[in-house]
Amino acid sequence: MAKLKPAVSDKDNIQGNTSAPVELVEYGDYECPHCGRAYPIVKAIQEKMGDKLKFVFRNFPLAEIHPHAVNAAIATEAAALQNKFWEMHDYIFEHQRRLDDASLIAYATHLQLDVQQFENDFSKTELAQKVDDDFESGMRSGVNGTPSFFINGEKYNGNWEGEEFLDYLQSLAK
Amino acid sequence: MLAPGTKAPEFSLSSTPDQKLELSQLKGKKVILAFYPADWSPVCSDQMALYNEMLKIFHKENAEVIGISVDSKWCHLAFSQDRKLHFPLLADFEPKGAVAMAYDVYDATLGECKRALYVIDEEGIIRWNYLSPVGMNPGADGILDALETMNKK
Repeated sequence: MAKLKPAVSDKDNIQGNTSAPVELVEYGDYECPHCGRAYPIVKAIQEKMGDKLKFVFRNFPLAEIHPHAVNAAIATEAAALQNKFWEMHDYIFEHQRRLDDASLIAYATHLQLDVQQFENDFSKTELAQKVDDDFESGMRSGVNGTPSFFINGEKYNGNWEGEEFLDYLQSLAK
Repeated sequence: MLAPGTKAPEFSLSSTPDQKLELSQLKGKKVILAFYPADWSPVCSDQMALYNEMLKIFHKENAEVIGISVDSKWCHLAFSQDRKLHFPLLADFEPKGAVAMAYDVYDATLGECKRALYVIDEEGIIRWNYLSPVGMNPGADGILDALETMNKK
């Protein structure tokens, strides 16, 4: 069975209780329509599970077929430097159809980021490297499409659109 | 499937409407042969789209990836352009599935290649193989592990 490599660390963007019994990691692409569909599903799961769940998002942009996916991912990492990763993550998924650079900057403005700082950080090679590293970790972990989910370090190959996803996660929380 | 240690059967298949690719042309490089059922599977979970994003990582390992299905060279051309693929897709079209048969990965009932991977070394010897369950994109972790193991030897 495919295992998450490397394990979740403080380099990751983590939402929820860091010592929760259930850890859900998503490898996603901001321009992927399936990831867009998964976004409200994960949100609903987070709400239902509360502090029983830790959620981590790692970047897996398929750049050749999704021309804006890499820059959208970098934008979230730039927002992370201003402690607004999740705000940007959510906003981008809610506005998936417009991900050109001008739109990304408009979203930064909307989220009241320091836009000058955001633009400077946007071009930092470290952020592009972070996105690349996420991608490579996904490859090594057995990601075979987006979104791919890992639950407590193991790849989840079941359906994520039906009840069984929440049921399985909740069964691990007991 | 052919076992590791076996010499990889030679082939010569169309890679574009006017070019052929022979396995022996790739001597000196590692080769990842990805047999797959058909072009045009859904984008975000498409195996070829995934390998396309990984070329940089494969090239670092001195490895070339090659896709093989029974689709025709014209179908491959359209698919390749649509998905912006930067590696060759070979047409195992006539006689249909002959190379897949030589590699023991032909599904005669469906008339398609099985979803199967081989990693071949610089000397043309098979070093790793993997048969994926039907309908399941195997990803690339197995390939990367195989390439790493080969480097250690």
